[in-house]
Amino acid sequence: MMEWMPQGLWFEVCLKVFFAFMMVGAVMTMAGYSVLAERKVSAWMQGRVGPNRTVLPFVEYIPILGPILQKLGMFQPLADGLKFLFKEEIVPGHVNKFYYYLAPLIALVPALTTMTVLPFGQLYWDDGTVSTLALADLEVGILFVFAVSSLGVYGIALAGWSSNSKYSFLGGIRSSAQMISYELAMGLSLLPVFLWVCAPGSSESGLSLSAIANSQSGGAWLFLVQPLSALIFLIALFAETNRLPFDMPESETDLVGGFHTEYGSFKFGIFFVAEYAHIVIGSAIFTVLFLGGWHFLPFIEDPWPANWIGSLLGVGWFLAKTIFLIFFFIWVRWTLPRFRYDQVMNLGWSKLLPLALVNLIVYLLIVTVIDQNAAANL
Amino acid sequence: MNAVDLLFWLFAVLSVGGGLFMVFSRHPVSAAMFMIVSLVGVAALFVLLESFFLAILQVLVYAGAVMVLFLFIIMLLDVGPEAGKRKLSHFKTGIFGILATFLLVGILLILGNSYDSLALDQSIWPELSESKDGGASQGLPFSTKVSSFGYGLMTKYMLPIQVSGFMLLAAMVGVIILSKKTPAREDVK
Repeated sequence: MMEWMPQGLWFEVCLKVFFAFMMVGAVMTMAGYSVLAERKVSAWMQGRVGPNRTVLPFVEYIPILGPILQKLGMFQPLADGLKFLFKEEIVPGHVNKFYYYLAPLIALVPALTTMTVLPFGQLYWDDGTVSTLALADLEVGILFVFAVSSLGVYGIALAGWSSNSKYSFLGGIRSSAQMISYELAMGLSLLPVFLWVCAPGSSESGLSLSAIANSQSGGAWLFLVQPLSALIFLIALFAETNRLPFDMPESETDLVGGFHTEYGSFKFGIFFVAEYAHIVIGSAIFTVLFLGGWHFLPFIEDPWPANWIGSLLGVGWFLAKTIFLIFFFIWVRWTLPRFRYDQVMNLGWSKLLPLALVNLIVYLLIVTVIDQNAAANL
Repeated sequence: MNAVDLLFWLFAVLSVGGGLFMVFSRHPVSAAMFMIVSLVGVAALFVLLESFFLAILQVLVYAGAVMVLFLFIIMLLDVGPEAGKRKLSHFKTGIFGILATFLLVGILLILGNSYDSLALDQSIWPELSESKDGGASQGLPFSTKVSSFGYGLMTKYMLPIQVSGFMLLAAMVGVIILSKKTPAREDVK
């Protein structure tokens, strides 16, 4: 066994697996608590209280902390998860069993795989070198995210088809059409960003996420430089994560539950978690691309020291931005009404796509003019 | 046999097996799913060659976009396992089978004849690690970085990329003309 794998490699693989488990744990926890945040924020916006009863038996007797945790509903995600686990498994008789079971898995795996290339901070070494904190800091990071998240369509399409029910099928078809349509605008909106960062003369040339984040250190955040790109990306992100106002796949008023109408108990839970994992990772990617990642405010150098405290503060700052964006997702959901399906398609194809193309051409011209001026001044 | 070889065989079996199952599975949806498995296997083989860019394009374009449309059409037309059986005469099937067999035998013969010379003659295909200058002496530096792909496309392969872009444009215009409904004369009034 040891023959084909050197000792050091075993250690490295084990370390990677450990980090991967940590990352999955962090993202899943955030996804679980996003559900709680969704319920709490919606309650707050509608003048209700929200979940405030669930509590572990021994926690409620802790003097001051216990009641606060109970009022915040901190144990609600745990109760929800257990409820999904212990509910009766019902498989309708008219489904295609194999694909019916496969679909939730195919929906969850891409949602969790995109986190491998997500950079979330910096590590300052003693000798002054800086390395990015990420499971794999690929040179083609953003393309990896697009490629893997485009596989998520299969989960929804297969769920809709294998359920063998009209509501599910319509939900699945709608959702896949929507995701394919908005992928174009999403990809095109990012081209100007990478053109800008990798313009001639800059040290960067590639599609790496960490390079984008580092290019915003001490300078303008990219959403200040490219507001239109940021807006198109954000709208497309809402559509890709199937959030209201774009939640065509499960528009309750006309499709019951959309593609997961026939799903119950834990299989429904997996779809649910996959949706929130998409939101968490989408928010994190928007933070890296447009909100400066782990760097402090625009035009201000990072105030924290270049050691492990700085690393921790950077990661915390990154998390704070991501959590704000998750809140933004929830905020928009409970503010805007749902679009009609033809409005969604119209917005995607005849508004966002041309806008993204114009945006790309304008920034191409700007980058060319800057480059020409620089060449003339040499 | 080291870990990379093991991974190579794993993904090779995955891609070839996926292809075989795609051909032999009766249900079109299963066939489409096996094709996705095969394409992802090929992408993993690209990763083993340290060509991340090609691997990701393979997943993005073929598994992520083309196959979604295939699956879409299969689901919308509601093609069942019986759909392929209609209209196929034994005569036609036989002729195509014989042609395909000849093609396969031909490919295997050519591969068998040239395998030794290709594998042993390092001057034809030098090892990636052995080309120290990275192919810079040939005017086109070789690397698996994205920028070198872009550089090659915009310099040496400028004409092919423009020709293929023009062909895609022509296809797009054709689709728009074919699918656009021209209103009948009465409706115009």
